[in-house]
Amino acid sequence: MQYLLNVIHDSAEFATEAEQAAIVVFNQQMKADGYWVFAGGLGVTDNATVVDNRGDEPLVTDGPFVETKEYVVGFWIIEAPDLDVALKLAAGGSKACNRKVEVRPFL
Amino acid sequence: MTVHDAITRAHREEWARMVAALTRRFGDLDIAEEAAAEAFATAVERWPTDGVPPNPGAWLTTTAQRRAIDRIRRESRREAKQQEARMWQDEAPEPVGAVEDERLRLVFVCCHPALAPDARVALTLRLVGGLTVAEIARAFLVQESAMARRITRAKTKIKAARIPYRVPAAEDLPRRVSGVLAVLFLVFNEGYLPTGPDTDPVRQDLTAEAIRLTRLLRALLPKDGEVAGLLALMLMTEARRTARVSPAGELVALEEQDRSAWDAALIAEGHRLIRERLDSGEAPGRYQLLAAINAVHTSARAMDDTDWSQVVALYDQLVRLDRSPVVALNRAIALAELDSPAVALASVDRLAQTLEGYHAFHAARAELLRRLGRTAEARAAYDRAVELAGNTAETAALTRRRDRL
Repeated sequence: MQYLLNVIHDSAEFATEAEQAAIVVFNQQMKADGYWVFAGGLGVTDNATVVDNRGDEPLVTDGPFVETKEYVVGFWIIEAPDLDVALKLAAGGSKACNRKVEVRPFL
Repeated sequence: MTVHDAITRAHREEWARMVAALTRRFGDLDIAEEAAAEAFATAVERWPTDGVPPNPGAWLTTTAQRRAIDRIRRESRREAKQQEARMWQDEAPEPVGAVEDERLRLVFVCCHPALAPDARVALTLRLVGGLTVAEIARAFLVQESAMARRITRAKTKIKAARIPYRVPAAEDLPRRVSGVLAVLFLVFNEGYLPTGPDTDPVRQDLTAEAIRLTRLLRALLPKDGEVAGLLALMLMTEARRTARVSPAGELVALEEQDRSAWDAALIAEGHRLIRERLDSGEAPGRYQLLAAINAVHTSARAMDDTDWSQVVALYDQLVRLDRSPVVALNRAIALAELDSPAVALASVDRLAQTLEGYHAFHAARAELLRRLGRTAEARAAYDRAVELAGNTAETAALTRRRDRL
């Protein structure tokens, strides 16, 4: 079963060097334990572009799909047997990157 | 025993076991709940004419299993479900004689921290307690449809997010048990001091259900001190239930209660549990301390016989574990008896900022001000307490005390 762990950014500061180092250690452990599927950092939403092609032609808009103070700044995709394991990994991830983490199961 | 009694008894004894066993077999809480409910509906229909079967539990289980299989066939999802059921079995093979463990698993699923607190309460009452959705909705003063949605949503999340159906690992157990106890305590408190303008002053159905579930948990985790503590606390509180509300429907304060009306058997059981915990030599947790305070109160033949120094000492221990201002408020109330109302009032007033919206804070102030002869201030405090109190019997008692000034 796969879960998406969204890293929620809710402050003005971005990852410090210590946080980045902790994330590297955490990632290595996830790979060693076989939970790792994929991960990525996304940074600010300023660079986002929204495309809507439900109409006659694609509509391209600058910015994120919704402007919020909190947004997803990065994510992990993990393979875990159940939610308890996913929550444990999310707790480790949250500690490492010093941010809130949202856990969502894939359908 | 009448057929009706036989069904009630089977429901009380077999419901949680059936839901747990069906969940394990079919890997789906929803199917388990529905099949168990249908089995009881069939019993209601058939037992009056066919007679009560020699082994009601086995009859109900077989009937429920047939119903579950029928439903799976009907929905023609047989392949998928069987696969799912097999998968669940493969992950953790069933040890022989693990029936108690089975129900415990169910409790832990219902009280999982990833579910919303009100959903945990509702799900526990439905799946472990066997209350109907209508009963739970009534108990918590919400529309039945809203309660049904809340329960369905929780069951959907359990499935979609794959909340595991198992007893947590030893290292997580204390935290998870405390989550379960919080749910049971919430159910008990809602029964003990129900809120809402038209509710009964005490909802014995809820207090009884909370006690029954805590007894079950105690049977499953006999060495857990906090489980014993919560059970003792509930028993000693329940023991005073009838003395706590006057015939006129007013809440009766501890000092005015007829102590001969307290239930001696429940108190004795509570005291036994507390003694057992003291003998264990382990440091007591929050529920054990609350129970110990109750044990001191229920040991006193009259209010004046109460060992107040012991009560305050226990509160001092509790304050170290639980920083909540409500605990500090209760400590201050005990301090009025050990020391003086003036000292207690100073303590209470320090909590003004955090407890301004809490009726018991104003009620405690009113009582202390009255004892200090500050009548006008006492009246104002009673007014505020009456305004904030949600329980009918409590409002009546506060109003009377104010009008007696």
